[in-house]
Formats: sequence, C-alpha cells, structure tokens
Amino acid sequence: MNIVAALLSGLVFGAGLILSGMTDPGKVIGFLDLAGRWDPSLAFVMGGAILVGVFAFRLAGARGKAFLGGAMHLPQRRDIDARLVAGSVVFGIGWGLAGFCPGPALVSFGSGVDQAAVFVAAMLGGMVLYHAAERLLKRAR
Amino acid sequence: MTIDWSHFTPWSSLAGGMLIGVAAALLVLLNGRVAGVSGIVGGLLVPRAGDIGWRLAFVGGLLVAPAVMAFYAVSPRIDAGFGTLALAGLLVGAGTSYGSGCTSGHGVCGLSRLSPRSLVATAAFMAAGIATVLVTRHFL
Repeated sequence: MNIVAALLSGLVFGAGLILSGMTDPGKVIGFLDLAGRWDPSLAFVMGGAILVGVFAFRLAGARGKAFLGGAMHLPQRRDIDARLVAGSVVFGIGWGLAGFCPGPALVSFGSGVDQAAVFVAAMLGGMVLYHAAERLLKRAR
Repeated sequence: MTIDWSHFTPWSSLAGGMLIGVAAALLVLLNGRVAGVSGIVGGLLVPRAGDIGWRLAFVGGLLVAPAVMAFYAVSPRIDAGFGTLALAGLLVGAGTSYGSGCTSGHGVCGLSRLSPRSLVATAAFMAAGIATVLVTRHFL
C-alpha cells in the first residue's frame, strides 16, 4: 500500500508541477528575474502548496503515526548551520542558471525533453559526488 | 520592476500549487514521509533495505505525470545550452544534498511545517537564484 500511495503522490505532484507551469524553466527564470519582466506565478505555486500543506503537516504532527501504519518521519533538526546555508546557495545558483530544480527536471525528463535528461544526469552526478566527498572526509577524520 | 503580464498565470499556478500540496499531504499522512524530491532521489543513491520501493514509486509517478497530463500542453522555454545544463545540474545535485533539501522539501514541506531551518534555506536559495539571474541575464 505504501508503494501505491507513493506512486499516487508522485503522480499528483507531477501533475501539479505541470499545471502550475513550473516545468517551463522560462517561467522559473521569469520569477527570479526581478530586474527584468517579472512573472510572479511561482509565488502562487508555493502559496497554494503551503495553503494545503500547513493543514496536512499539522495533522501529521498531531497524529504522530502514518495512516497506513508506519512511523511518521518528520525532520527533527532545528539548528541553522553553515552547511544548510552554503548548500542552499549552491543549489540556488544552479537553479538560476538553468531554471530547473529536481522535481520539474524529473517531470520534464519524463516527457522526453533532452535538456532535462542532461540536467538530471548531472544532478545525480552531483549527488554521487557529494556522497563520495562525505565518505572521504569521514575517513580522514 | 515591470510585471510580465503575458506569462503571469495566477489561477493555474495557484491550482497547480494546491495539487502539489495535496501530493505532499498524501505522502506524509499515508506514508509518514516528506515530499522532498532531492531527498527522495538522494536516498536511492545510498539505498537501505526496505527504504527503496516507495522512493522508486514516487519518482515513477513524477516521470509518468506528463503522459497523464498529455491534454495540458506546455511548451518549455529552455535557453540554457548543454554545458550550462550540466553545470547547473551538478550544482543542484551537490547543493541540495549538502543543504538537505530543495524547492519541495524546504520550500513547500518545510515552510508548511513552519520550520526555521527551511525558512533560512528557502531564503538562501531564492536569493542565490535571483542573484544568479541578475548576473547572467543583465550583466554578462
């Protein structure tokens, strides 16, 4: 059942990204381009998602257990460290360069866009590099 | 600042955003998992037993969404060349791993949880994205 729920969630998530226009990198860059002709749509996407999400996560937190029976895996960390900020800045630079973030890139890859395939391959490469670097650092310590 | 009225889509973006919220609600309420795309994909690269199926299923859902939404035509505007796309992908992959999240994990789920960490992360990647577009579209 967990598999079916995850598939359904991914499908609805992807449909939302398509409907919202976020699979168009030009629209994302239009949002980030405050000095140019600004497209505020992305703020509406986040606003709409959070509007629903606030209730869902409040219920999830209060219940403490998943409806299909498993544990509730909610992030517990509350500290703000340099890794969080530096990693997010690096992500933001990549996001601004191409207008793709992980979700829309995967959806666009699914619709057969060549550029998204290149982006997704490089993104997986970046994640692998991160894990390799972490292992090396751990060994050095 | 001038608004790009010809591309601004408040209603479909709001509706699409609410669908994303519903998807995040389904995953957290049914499976107890946060719908953070970079985290879900990242977990597949260091697989742990019993923690793979739902991740594959979620990514599968994302990949087949265009087929299900085939009636809704989107023509993506992509002006980045393959070199830029590769560099951008590398930065997004490494950055989201290092910063534990992306637009979905921090931006949607984290802000919905009112997490201070996610608020800081979202402010950081938004600011970096805005600065990058400013430099690449107006100064270079």
